[in-house]
Amino acid sequence: MKSLDEFCQLVAEQFENTPSSSISPSTEFKKIDEYRSLVALSILAMIDEEFDVQLRSDDMRSASTVEDLYNKVKSYCE
Amino acid sequence: MAYLTFPHVAVTGVAACVPKQIEDIRRLDLIPASEREQHVAQIGITQRRVAPEGLCSSDLCYHSAERLIADLGWNKAEVDALLFVSQTPDYILPATACLLQQRLGLPKECLAFDVALGCSGWVYGLSTLAAYVDSGSVRKALLLVGDCPTRNTSPRSTADWPLFGDAGTCTALEFCPDHGGNLCFHLGTDGAGYADIIIPDGGFRNPVQPSSFDYEDVGNGNYATRLQTRMDGMNVFAFALSTAPKSIKRLCERFAVDIDSVDYFFLHQANKMINDNICKKLALVPGRCPSSMNLFGNTSCASIPLTMVTQSAHDLATRRLKNIASGFGVGLSWATAYFETNSITVPQLIEI
Repeated sequence: MKSLDEFCQLVAEQFENTPSSSISPSTEFKKIDEYRSLVALSILAMIDEEFDVQLRSDDMRSASTVEDLYNKVKSYCE
Repeated sequence: MAYLTFPHVAVTGVAACVPKQIEDIRRLDLIPASEREQHVAQIGITQRRVAPEGLCSSDLCYHSAERLIADLGWNKAEVDALLFVSQTPDYILPATACLLQQRLGLPKECLAFDVALGCSGWVYGLSTLAAYVDSGSVRKALLLVGDCPTRNTSPRSTADWPLFGDAGTCTALEFCPDHGGNLCFHLGTDGAGYADIIIPDGGFRNPVQPSSFDYEDVGNGNYATRLQTRMDGMNVFAFALSTAPKSIKRLCERFAVDIDSVDYFFLHQANKMINDNICKKLALVPGRCPSSMNLFGNTSCASIPLTMVTQSAHDLATRRLKNIASGFGVGLSWATAYFETNSITVPQLIEI
């Protein structure tokens, strides 16, 4: 399983106009200006590809920070 | 596991019909002007066709069928079966297939019925009708597949309104005991996701009532009545991304289809991101996955035959081809087919 920092980097790559240095595990990713439903879909696709985990919309709704999302993915991997 | 194979059936023609009226997504007031170009690029839809009031799925299918029957040179008296696949039928009852039998002038000995499926509908319908034809007692059959999803989509939902377009199609099947198209299928269902794409009211679980017409907040600033489609885009996306490539791989494994030998992959046209990711997972170059969504949007069950007609007509009409089709969505339901074609009849797209 990839580390939290690696996960954070992968999430940051889904944002086109937001510098990845500004995204950390504690970032509330849904509050990033550029965040739209299509960015959310990119994040889901990345998680599907990298972790073979299919998150549901409830998982996305209940996660506020990047770390929350990482923990969701981790719970499905275990 | 539902794996099916029908060796004595061939797809011998496919036709499609769309309304003339073009709507340019970039001119929709619903999307803020500053975001339109980006939105269009990401969803991969620039235009869609919208049926005017009074024009139904069955009308679009009817015109496809008339043209295809004429171009094939079929005698209508020989048509033994008609299947209509749609989620936008003419009436709650009777089945629209019965009206189409009469309107097309097909014999009374023609069996006819409806199947209510969306995104997976063309492939499901093909498997159902192929089963009748494979027996040899039905020799010529018509698969009419069409939807007018713009009718029940909310104009107050940025997430749904720009995505859908209307289309109707007709596919011809024939009994071919010696040189069939080796049709193979993998079909599946996950009803746990029934609410992921749903029109909540108007059926018999929740009959229509005055409040059915009220707009409700369906999240992210989108509004829809209970008689309009609401979709959990994320769930559908995750479902499609994981299910479609698996279904294609399983079909190929089960029936020993060499995935590299397949000429065309006709995928349901839901959204560009989904299909790009499916291609990536299966390591397919884009040329093998033709796309029609840019000009027609998501046309529900009609999307696969519409893509065949608008993107691959020349090859279908002049070559021997190995094809895979995969539909996935509302239900949740999915279906993948392998079928070989040999210079089939493909009339030009009809616009009415």
